[in-house]
Amino acid sequence: MFKNFAPEWEGFEPGRWSNTSVNVRDFIHKNYTPYDGDERFLEGPTEATKQLWAQVMDLSRQEREAGGVLDMDTKIVSTITSHGPGYLNQNLEKIVGFQTDKPFKRSLQPFGGIRMAQQACKEYGYEVDPSVVEIFTKYRKTHNQGVFDAYTPEMKLARHAAILTGLPDAYGRGRIIGDYRRVALYGIDMLIEDKEHQKATHFVRMTSKNIRLREELSEQINALKDLKKLGEIYGFDISRPAKNAQEAVQWLYFGYLAAVKEQNGAAMSLGRTSTFLDIYIQRDLEKGLITEAEAQELIDHFIMKLRLVKFARTPEYNSLFSGDPTWVTESIGGVSVDGQHMVTKNSFRYLNTLNNLGTAPEPNMTILWSTRLPINFKRFCAKMSIRSSSIQYENDDMMRVIHGDDYAIACCVSSMRVGKEMQFFGARANLAKCLLYAINGGVDERLGVQVGPKYRPVEGDYLDYDDVMQKYDDMMEWLAGLYVNTLNVIHFMHDKYSYERIQMALHDRDVKRYFATGIAGLSVVADSLSAIKYAKVKCIRKDIEIKDKAGNVIDVAKNVVVDYEVEGDFPKYGNDDDRVDQIAVNIVRAFMDKIRKHHTYRDGVPTMSILTITSNVVYGKKTGNTPDGRKQGVPLAPGANPMHGRDSHGAIASLSSVAKLPFRHAQDGISNTFSIIPDALGKNTRIFAGDLDIDRLEQEALNEANED
Amino acid sequence: MQGYIHSTDSFGTVDGPGVRFVIFFQGCPMRCLYCHNPDTWEAGKNMLMTPEELIYHYERNKDFYTNGGITATGGEPMLQMDFLTELFTLAKQKKIHTCLDTSGICYTPECPEKTDRLLDVTDLVMLDIKHIDDEQHKLLTGHSNRNILAFAEHISERKIPIWIRHVIVPGWTDHEEEQFKLGYFIGGLKTIKAVDVLPYHDMGKRKYEELGIPYPLADIKPVDKETAIKAREQILKGLKKRLLDQHKK
Repeated sequence: MFKNFAPEWEGFEPGRWSNTSVNVRDFIHKNYTPYDGDERFLEGPTEATKQLWAQVMDLSRQEREAGGVLDMDTKIVSTITSHGPGYLNQNLEKIVGFQTDKPFKRSLQPFGGIRMAQQACKEYGYEVDPSVVEIFTKYRKTHNQGVFDAYTPEMKLARHAAILTGLPDAYGRGRIIGDYRRVALYGIDMLIEDKEHQKATHFVRMTSKNIRLREELSEQINALKDLKKLGEIYGFDISRPAKNAQEAVQWLYFGYLAAVKEQNGAAMSLGRTSTFLDIYIQRDLEKGLITEAEAQELIDHFIMKLRLVKFARTPEYNSLFSGDPTWVTESIGGVSVDGQHMVTKNSFRYLNTLNNLGTAPEPNMTILWSTRLPINFKRFCAKMSIRSSSIQYENDDMMRVIHGDDYAIACCVSSMRVGKEMQFFGARANLAKCLLYAINGGVDERLGVQVGPKYRPVEGDYLDYDDVMQKYDDMMEWLAGLYVNTLNVIHFMHDKYSYERIQMALHDRDVKRYFATGIAGLSVVADSLSAIKYAKVKCIRKDIEIKDKAGNVIDVAKNVVVDYEVEGDFPKYGNDDDRVDQIAVNIVRAFMDKIRKHHTYRDGVPTMSILTITSNVVYGKKTGNTPDGRKQGVPLAPGANPMHGRDSHGAIASLSSVAKLPFRHAQDGISNTFSIIPDALGKNTRIFAGDLDIDRLEQEALNEANED
Repeated sequence: MQGYIHSTDSFGTVDGPGVRFVIFFQGCPMRCLYCHNPDTWEAGKNMLMTPEELIYHYERNKDFYTNGGITATGGEPMLQMDFLTELFTLAKQKKIHTCLDTSGICYTPECPEKTDRLLDVTDLVMLDIKHIDDEQHKLLTGHSNRNILAFAEHISERKIPIWIRHVIVPGWTDHEEEQFKLGYFIGGLKTIKAVDVLPYHDMGKRKYEELGIPYPLADIKPVDKETAIKAREQILKGLKKRLLDQHKK
């Protein structure tokens, strides 16, 4: 569809990407230079980098001292073009652009929910301008308002009892990765041309589905026009393709910046950019336009900007996520479908920012690990992991089978093909709590109220495995249905009131949508069922008083099982013991199969994750005593981890248990948080003399004796 | 045959080369003051396992052990000599690298036959010499080091690779001349491949509390890295001196 080979593309190998359609993958594969060497080519920080980073460190200190927030915008609603330019030090910054008109100033994003925005401001001593509040309560509906207008009483109750938790109904769902590389490769004008073409060739029969897409395509085109203006605000003409490395990084960053100016998403991930950008850097290096130090400087300044992405969030939100994460995940490495690895020098440069700028959790650098990555890169990753503890690893050999070789990770484990697939993020269902509901016939073990369906509770003093399993299966059936329907409401409203127009503008028209669900508490469930099966579990019952908001007792729930006594030992998940590991496998498959039965919004393909990396702490607070002996309030294990301290046979046995979980039933990702003290990873080479060679030592001794 | 096993660790990285499947044997005749596994002392308790069961657990995850193998440690593995020999024999049949982590206390030079049968199926011995001085050794462990040193020489004669391990304990093994003497002894071992200096730590303290045993080294502070590095230098110095003396002969 492109008329000419753009002058900015000179030196690039043409292909489908330049002749036929927007196709970044084709561009990468025709043009990238795999790198097998080691890290010795890398350069340290330039003076400008050091100076800028010192400034950032100083601002960070001020922010900490100010209680976590340095400045907030309370008046200007953030859009792609809402603010004038912001700089740290314009003369030194090779890559520019902030979310507002200055660094460390958090933007105002009320489209997800005005109350959340107000709350975030209030907690830090700011107040949203009354006129903005009026607009977003009186005239402009938010995502949050839409969701609550449609929720059923059952959904609200399940949410209140926290059997469904962390739902993106009051904040941005995130997890959509725009293909920001397209901005650099094609420039805005070509992308608009492409979108116009998509619109012109779409169905004209006005069904609600087609109307929605036409409207969305118009939104996307407007967003692209705004993106062009964002470039102008900073003095760049990004209507055309980037012509050199600096422009490529800058154009790409503008695309990302536009996204974080409009979406305060739970995870705002970057994609897979390092090897793409390497092509531009390599071209400039070969032409002698830049030096290696300058190339590193571009990447350092780019990463610095990614580290400074900030959102206005409530302390409650931060406690759910244990901090203030932005999940700027960047996927690095991997292998192509034809077997060639995709590591370039720029993969090294990205990791080298951990040296040049020091370690940081963001951007979340994620290695797409394959046994076929070049050995030098593997070694460098290991070295940087030891030094920084800041690198995440994911199994490329597994994900490539599903997504090919141009996918990226959103948040921590959600994989999707860049620009071709997106996902509807769905938080999680608490399966540990669901087990307690099965035992108590749908009565919440903390609140005493009937949350689930009023099924027959367990009877007798001791739990019977077959009985509990049957009841659990029924309760999961209920939960899966409620969960999917709740998410249907959420995503309908998010599309309607807080549509990710710029991210979707950087996607193909006909995207594949994953409908991501998730589960929490897997190891508690596996161990509980194992205890019921292999030991004896006695029920402790109690009456629970049900109180209204004023604290008056309005009802009493009789004979609720609130605690358990475990008699005897039982196999625990995390020890490579099939007796219990198989229970975990079966639960994952069973719940996913139940999810699959339900209608999903926009024909989303249902997937499931097992990945509560931080919110497991909050979930634990809301889950009563469990039959495995865990007490109320004790955190659930993160993700697919075994419960803390129960994996007693060492790391490999523990990891083997997790590895049994079936990826095809948990395609949105399985996470295992693994920590180990450095001394348990091998010998200290300064203490351990492990290469003794008697002949060499004798020669050394002789030489030393001669010197004396 | 069955043996008493305290526990297994599927990811051992410090008990021999590579990543290893480590088997902790139950029971030990020594009572080293700084022992960090007092829960392995008492013989004849914990799990009863067969060699086949242990090898089964190894083989389940053998992909992880390509540069490693099996390490028998404890407790004192040689206390269950027949069982240990059977385990290693089975391992060797399956071409698994075998490493014996021992104090050598069970060796008697007068009747080496049983030990020799074990050594036939042992690829590496990690011998822990607690103290080079016999009197000090007795105070520290309750036993003489005579047979232990004899064992070291016997392994060397048998041409089996040896790693010597030595824990640096303040007030006990942190004297330079002792370390030099130890190195001088090690220099006489023809198959020495590594010297593994282990700085004393007090991570075993909690186990003593749980077992209700008073912690003997309550007043002694853990050893820092620099002290361990110096100890290594001293030992290597002694080792080189021995080599030099042997060369002169």
